Amino acid sequence: MHELSIVLSIIDEIGEQSEARDLHDVEVVHLNVGVFSGVDPNALLFAWELACEGTPFAKSRLDIEVVPLVIHCAVCRQNRTPPSLYQLCCPLCETPSDTIVTGRELEVVSLEVAA
Amino acid sequence: MSTRIVEVRAKVMKQNDLLAHALRERFQASSVSVVSLVSSPGSGKTAFLEKIIGGLAGDFRVAALVGDLATENDAARLKRATPDVRQITTGTICHLDAHMIERALDGWQLDTLDFLFIENVGNLVCPSSYDLGEELRLVLLSATEGEDKPLKYPTIFNSSDVAIITKMDLAEAADFDLGAARRNIESVRPGMQIFEVSAKSGFGMREVLQFLRDRLVQSREDHPLMKAGISTN
Repeated sequence: MHELSIVLSIIDEIGEQSEARDLHDVEVVHLNVGVFSGVDPNALLFAWELACEGTPFAKSRLDIEVVPLVIHCAVCRQNRTPPSLYQLCCPLCETPSDTIVTGRELEVVSLEVAA
Repeated sequence: MSTRIVEVRAKVMKQNDLLAHALRERFQASSVSVVSLVSSPGSGKTAFLEKIIGGLAGDFRVAALVGDLATENDAARLKRATPDVRQITTGTICHLDAHMIERALDGWQLDTLDFLFIENVGNLVCPSSYDLGEELRLVLLSATEGEDKPLKYPTIFNSSDVAIITKMDLAEAADFDLGAARRNIESVRPGMQIFEVSAKSGFGMREVLQFLRDRLVQSREDHPLMKAGISTN
């Protein structure tokens, strides 16, 4: 479980961002988490509750959008969703693909603040 | 109360990634080949590394960083093969990160080294998120663990460059299905190079050693501005 370390990085990052942009009262932190990022969304939410205490984000909610795994099929020349996380091939022509288009994301997308 | 949305688009791992990038540049400038090892606990990283370091140490200057939650046992084992070994004890942390690597390198003359091995904490989950600045990540799978480990932990296998199947001397006793293991690795990381070894018997180790030597020659050709006059034969 390394999600606590990840959450501490998120708090550092949004702390910097909100200071640079003079943002107060961040209500929601929108996060994209790829299914291939190595990070578990539920564990992140759990760690968030613990780590935010005593920070300016104690009342902020973490909103996670899970980004699916998408690969590029060189034969079909299309981006495709593989059959599973452990079968990196085209679901139609079954050609293996090591080209990951989405699924590794781990980023703070936006902050929702009081208008 | 109404809200507004402020776009940020910031990578969470930015600090680690920036530092890993700087480390990678340092390693290239020093012409040292940096290879990390990940696997579950007990799959034979240290035994493999002892043999690899032993096989390279005659011709090359080899160093190692080894991560564990506690004890200096692995460093003590590797020191039998090379004096340049440092243990990183992480306490409760389940992975190495770029900061730990940077701190552990303090005082080492990187440009005197040819190879630096980084043995990560035994864990098939967390290390996949952390770039350490290595040029090559090896993932180890032992014959005693079962063929379906790659399917159960696709992220770490996919984030690695080369797979090493260890403890091949025990394959028969463990009813290890080598063909299935190779197919499963191929399924999570198409095209991945796979070696089969036994550190105990020495089976397959020569091929890995040759692979690492070739990599060193190749990366020095790719980065020719680096350390001159070092023999890589």
